[in-house]
Amino acid sequence: MREIDSSEVTALVSRLYQEANFALPPDVIAALKSALAREESPLGREVLETLLENAAIATSDRVPLCQDTGLAVVIARIGQEACFRGGSFAEAVDAGVALAQEQGYLRASVVSSPCFDRNNTGNNAPAILHTEIVDGDEVSISVLPKGAGSENMSRLAMLKPADGISGLIDFVVETVELAGANPCPPIFLGVGVGGTMDRAALLSKVALLRPAGTPNADKRLAELENDILARVNALGIGPGGFGGTVTCLGVALEEFPCHIASLPVAVNIQCNSARRATGSL
Amino acid sequence: MSDPVKISPPVSEEKTRALRAGDKVLITGVIYTARDAAHRRLIELIEQGEELPLPLEGQIVYYVGPTPASPGKATGSAGPTTSSRVDPYTPQLLAQGLRVMIGKGDRSPEVALALSEYGAVYLAAVGGAGALLARKITSGVIAAWPELGPEAIYRFEVCDFPATVVMDSAGGNLYATGRAAYKRQP
Ligand code: SF4
Repeated sequence: MREIDSSEVTALVSRLYQEANFALPPDVIAALKSALAREESPLGREVLETLLENAAIATSDRVPLCQDTGLAVVIARIGQEACFRGGSFAEAVDAGVALAQEQGYLRASVVSSPCFDRNNTGNNAPAILHTEIVDGDEVSISVLPKGAGSENMSRLAMLKPADGISGLIDFVVETVELAGANPCPPIFLGVGVGGTMDRAALLSKVALLRPAGTPNADKRLAELENDILARVNALGIGPGGFGGTVTCLGVALEEFPCHIASLPVAVNIQCNSARRATGSL
Repeated sequence: MSDPVKISPPVSEEKTRALRAGDKVLITGVIYTARDAAHRRLIELIEQGEELPLPLEGQIVYYVGPTPASPGKATGSAGPTTSSRVDPYTPQLLAQGLRVMIGKGDRSPEVALALSEYGAVYLAAVGGAGALLARKITSGVIAAWPELGPEAIYRFEVCDFPATVVMDSAGGNLYATGRAAYKRQP
């Protein structure tokens, strides 16, 4: 059994949440650069140049990449031989989010009791925490700040098995078409297929952690990702939504076994500010 | 592409009526921020006939909820937020003389109609470029409702703030024409 002090969790979450907001991952920068080389629209190229310049300024001025510093989605893989001392894991994660908000001058974008009061919690907590128990004694934590512009345009459908692959592709394409300029294209797509409604949604979120340019290890799923990408980029939405040939920079699809009667499909749209950071304890 | 059009508030109706979807604009001067919560309060004040905490005639409103400014900075990150959330309030503000709005994403048909009626324009700034846009903001103070946090109304002084006309007063819509121009048969 390995003991980990909860304060280490807080410190790691705070560091990752800040890091994600001030530096775009290198694979995302590379994807924007390669889009710049192939975008046909002059206005689209200008948007891509602006986004690359923005990423450099965010890091040099230490100003968040985007003003929507997101809901803190925290995905933790916890080795079953690790145990936490000095406070609960979930509380330690929330404390890390609050600390990052204060130290990093991040935006407080969370309201409590969404149905009626909608009062700002003031510190951007609580996190949206997902935990998975894995082998070993290591703890790996990913923080994915998720802006509402792209999250609000995400969708889920419980398709019929008879809808098949073409129905699945159509649903993803329709989702991007309906989203238009709202999710700040060029976007990334996380697609979760199978499981239950909740599992499909979680798969679509976890898929967004996969670095841009890394296809699914399964050859048929990798081809499916490519087909979706081609269809989405044929929509013409383009960078900033001003029209163009690059609407989407990458599709990551994950699947999970599901019921004989189901074909759940979740589409999580991620914006150009595709922030994420991972670390371990 | 033509050179950017420079505009400074107060902006005349003549000037905004001449702008066309796709035109690039550089804004210098004082602009005000407002998100949903601030819009709701503005409309309440208008309906009660009370004084507003900002001028509207010929003015520019920017849909943004900036991050808090760190010490020594005029503002934090300050890119556009999704405009459609304030669509229900927009025609009433345009009727009061508001002439330019900056945000991102499509607007409702009612907003498009109101743009023609009042000769106003809707501009988009690049979503996701909050750090770059913050450099164009030389001062930022809260003008009203600090209790709303990021939803308060800020008074920004901006210099050469870049935006693109998306919807003009003649019915032009860059999102629609741009998409149509690059749509391909898959
Ligand atoms: S969708 Fe993304 S890039 Fe656009 S404003 Fe929201 S967080 Fe920023």
